Amino acid sequence: MAQRGIREYNGKKMLAKYWSEYISKDFSFPGKVVLVDPKTKLDDLPKKHKWLNTEKLVVKPDQLFGKRGKHGLIKANVSFTEVKKWIKERMNKDTKVGKVTGKLTHFLIEPYVPHKGEFYVAIKSNRDGDAIYFSNHGGVDIESVWDTVAEIQIGVEEDIDKINIESKLPKDTPKDKKKMFADFAKGLFKFYRDLNYAYLEINPFVVSGKDIVPLDLVARIDDTGHFESSDKWGDLPFPAPFGRKLSKEEKFIKMMDEKSGASLKLTVLNPKGRVWTMVAGGGGSVIYTDTIVDLGYRDELANYGEYSGNPTTDLTYEYAKTILDLMTREKDPKGRPKFLLVGGGIANFTDVAKTFTGITMALRDYKKKLKDTNVKIYVRRGGPNYQEGLRIMKDLGKELGVPIDVYGPETHMTRIVDMALKGEK
Amino acid sequence: MEAITVTKTKSQSKKQNKDYIIMDKNTKAIVFGYQQRAIQRMLDFDYICRRETPSVAIIVNPTRDGMHKCFWGTKEILIPMVRTLSEATKMHPEADFMVNFASFRSAYETSKEALETKSIRSVAIIAEGIPERRTKELIKIAKEKNKWIIGPATVGGIAAGGFRIGNTAGMLDNIVASKLHRAGSVAYVSKSGGLSNELNNIIAMNTDGVYEGVAIGGDLYPGSTFIDHIMRYEANPDIKMTVLLGEVGGVDEYVVVDAMKKGKIKKPIVAWCIGTCSKVFPVEVQFGHAGARAGTDRETADVKNKAFKDAGAYVPTSFDDFDEQIKKAYTKLVKSGKHKPVPDVEPPIIPLDFDVALKQGVIRKPAQFISTISDDRGEELRYCGVKISKIFEEKWGLGGVIGLLWFKKNLPPWAREFIERVVLLTADHGPAVSGAHNSIVASRAGKDLISSLVSGLLTIGPRFGGAVQGSADHFTKYLYAGEEPSFMVKDMKSKNVNIQGIGHRIKSVTNPDVRVTIMVDFAKKNFPVTETLDYALSVEKLTTSKRNNLILNVDGCIGVLCCDMLRGIGYTHEEVREFVQLGILNAFFVLGRSIGFMGHIMDQKRLKSRLYRHPWDDIEYMMPDEPEKVK
Repeated sequence: MAQRGIREYNGKKMLAKYWSEYISKDFSFPGKVVLVDPKTKLDDLPKKHKWLNTEKLVVKPDQLFGKRGKHGLIKANVSFTEVKKWIKERMNKDTKVGKVTGKLTHFLIEPYVPHKGEFYVAIKSNRDGDAIYFSNHGGVDIESVWDTVAEIQIGVEEDIDKINIESKLPKDTPKDKKKMFADFAKGLFKFYRDLNYAYLEINPFVVSGKDIVPLDLVARIDDTGHFESSDKWGDLPFPAPFGRKLSKEEKFIKMMDEKSGASLKLTVLNPKGRVWTMVAGGGGSVIYTDTIVDLGYRDELANYGEYSGNPTTDLTYEYAKTILDLMTREKDPKGRPKFLLVGGGIANFTDVAKTFTGITMALRDYKKKLKDTNVKIYVRRGGPNYQEGLRIMKDLGKELGVPIDVYGPETHMTRIVDMALKGEK
Repeated sequence: MEAITVTKTKSQSKKQNKDYIIMDKNTKAIVFGYQQRAIQRMLDFDYICRRETPSVAIIVNPTRDGMHKCFWGTKEILIPMVRTLSEATKMHPEADFMVNFASFRSAYETSKEALETKSIRSVAIIAEGIPERRTKELIKIAKEKNKWIIGPATVGGIAAGGFRIGNTAGMLDNIVASKLHRAGSVAYVSKSGGLSNELNNIIAMNTDGVYEGVAIGGDLYPGSTFIDHIMRYEANPDIKMTVLLGEVGGVDEYVVVDAMKKGKIKKPIVAWCIGTCSKVFPVEVQFGHAGARAGTDRETADVKNKAFKDAGAYVPTSFDDFDEQIKKAYTKLVKSGKHKPVPDVEPPIIPLDFDVALKQGVIRKPAQFISTISDDRGEELRYCGVKISKIFEEKWGLGGVIGLLWFKKNLPPWAREFIERVVLLTADHGPAVSGAHNSIVASRAGKDLISSLVSGLLTIGPRFGGAVQGSADHFTKYLYAGEEPSFMVKDMKSKNVNIQGIGHRIKSVTNPDVRVTIMVDFAKKNFPVTETLDYALSVEKLTTSKRNNLILNVDGCIGVLCCDMLRGIGYTHEEVREFVQLGILNAFFVLGRSIGFMGHIMDQKRLKSRLYRHPWDDIEYMMPDEPEKVK
């Protein structure tokens, strides 16, 4: 649970819905936006959104990544026919954005707004409250014009109505727009605070007639605010970051994670890697992965994974099988050994021997494959009943004929990384 | 047992006014939330530290007040429990630390109340998932009132030899192995609580041990940050060096880096930030902690680690030589003569908890009680070894479950179906029969469902419903003894006993009971053994030749078929007789007929029937004029 990005579509819809409640009745934001996903029947859209056929439009992907203009992923001032064509050409196609490749699946359509000036407003959370950033030079990379940005810090619980925002706007703010912009910033802030936003950036927004129109919006919400704000959020999805394509195995583990009270995580980084980890505990799993990278075996690192929160024997069994299956699918082409690090820190109250039950069951199932792919196993763990847990693993090694080295809390947590891999460089 | 009462004692006047200490062997805590195990763990830690008095002064439990009984070493003591924080602080104004186990929904309100209470100086918030905005409000209050927050989203922290927040540091044997029962000279501050056991262990193996450790929690805005604790450690002359374990995400570590550069921190710092692997992930990764996400380069673990190194901290090249860096810093301190290692202390022995010892197999005790049919422990309820989920998945049904719990057998389909038929068949026989009548009368007298049901069940016996049991008894007795049916009829006649299960008021050979026909057909088709039925039918032939209505009735039919079913699922004659003596046939009747009784009871309740009174005209009063006089 943490700050999580939301779609521009949801941000704009929410803004439009609560505009008159938080921002202003003097000027408005009609919130004409449509989200297209792979199931959307494009030809049916104008029935519900008549403006699609009557106005010039803008279309762009809505998948939590920025700099869409730079990547040629915005089409502006076009008819709905052109929009449909543009979307069809891109829907479900692999697309490279920066270093990440992913499928485009969600697009945003809204009216094209002819305008003169472009403005910037953002609100960011910090330890002492939140800061509003404002500039009359929006629509560009804001870092490049940072000297035009005014920063207005609002303290925790401070009443924004008691702050003279108008006087704190940048000096080059057009006189006739000062009040409107100040009201906008104030209202936006109240909206942001009340709905548990943690980050909200509109770059740019423009003035069109009497209205303010946010052209580009990026937002993150503090999802722990769910029990306070979910009524206002409505049914709010938190999409995965762009490019996070889950493999079958990752999806399976994610499903188990969501269905149980325990925590099970798996990211396959390099299925041909020879070093696999199966580590208990969130912090411990990061440290093992760190150490493999820091000791110079980055290219051999196969996965990141974690199990914690007292998973049942069945869950650990399924989890372990998934990893064993992945790592024993094929031999290393050069015939070198593979390594499985069953690591972990010193458990607080979890019975270590019990948590090993599921793992030993899986190892028994994979006896032959483990031998065929030349797997060596290193175990390090401490905590309640760890002696028994280690004994079980050691005996299992003898039983299966698979090398299993075991270590307890007297051995530094990550030493097994070095033991396993030294001489492998 | 002794009650810990309100004691405005010496400990208050003894209290040090050292700002840099927030928890030590004099700290008294209020535990918010009835976390019985955590409370016991705190007391056990107190005990091995040889604290004079328990660290838990009072418990706040919004749903219950009274006394909480727990162990103090081998003795049992009582700790007061109240419903509100204000009562707790009134009774124990010397308790200046609150360990808050409230859930993420209520942790904000309760922590706020605590921070606004004069006598409370520090609050440890365990809950994970408090909205960031709320935490920031708490931070503001703490700052204004000069108070301490540890957490949220943390296990807490520990002052070695003095005070343990809740569950910090795990089991007692681990605590002793990490020398936490006495203060060493190294303090640490970590984001992660899960790694605090590891830190305790690493520090114990490479130095003279931990003085204090705090896990500030994984949120983006921890209530207190690295620098807050490190400046306390800097001011405390008993602390000689600090270990810092940070992580990817946020910029709080740089405050420490800056303080080092400005010379505000003179004691050695060994620092490492975890999450250096974030660079190998293809897309932005959020590790378990809410704050563990790098938005900018500055927030990556690599850049932070380099900053620490540049500022003069001991920084390993990977976590793998974190221990060596700690050892290096410590050895240098000792060699320079600035520090004399703290000697080890033997901790007192804490008696093992009974359940722990049992689990470890170091003690045993004869059981008072044996159960061979079911087990509710473990992950899933099991009937005679079969998981309840399997029973549903495979549709074992009522018959299957009865097979498991009454006979400890996985019954074949025919037996399961037979049992279900028996239940259906015996479920009711109208309101007039004595059991149903009794249930109705009791129900109309305003008695509750169970009393009314029991009142009906109590009529079941030799005359009512007992025919099932009786027929099974009579027929098997003669059949198993190898006697001819004719002998049985003659013998019973000579003893002047009616054969149970034979005879019907209305039904006869020419007007058979359809219930009997159905059951007999079912048995003939499906039962592997029908010896008792066949025997009973032979007897019926003899009795009906005397009188037309002396047929095998439904009770008799069920009785004999139950015996054949038992034979069919593998029991011997002796075992079947044993079951019969045990009253197992009554069990079938009671089970089935309870359905009907309860139906009648509910029927009466719904009808709001008034108290039943038997009509006078239905009673023939034959009272004599005067009683017989006894001489």
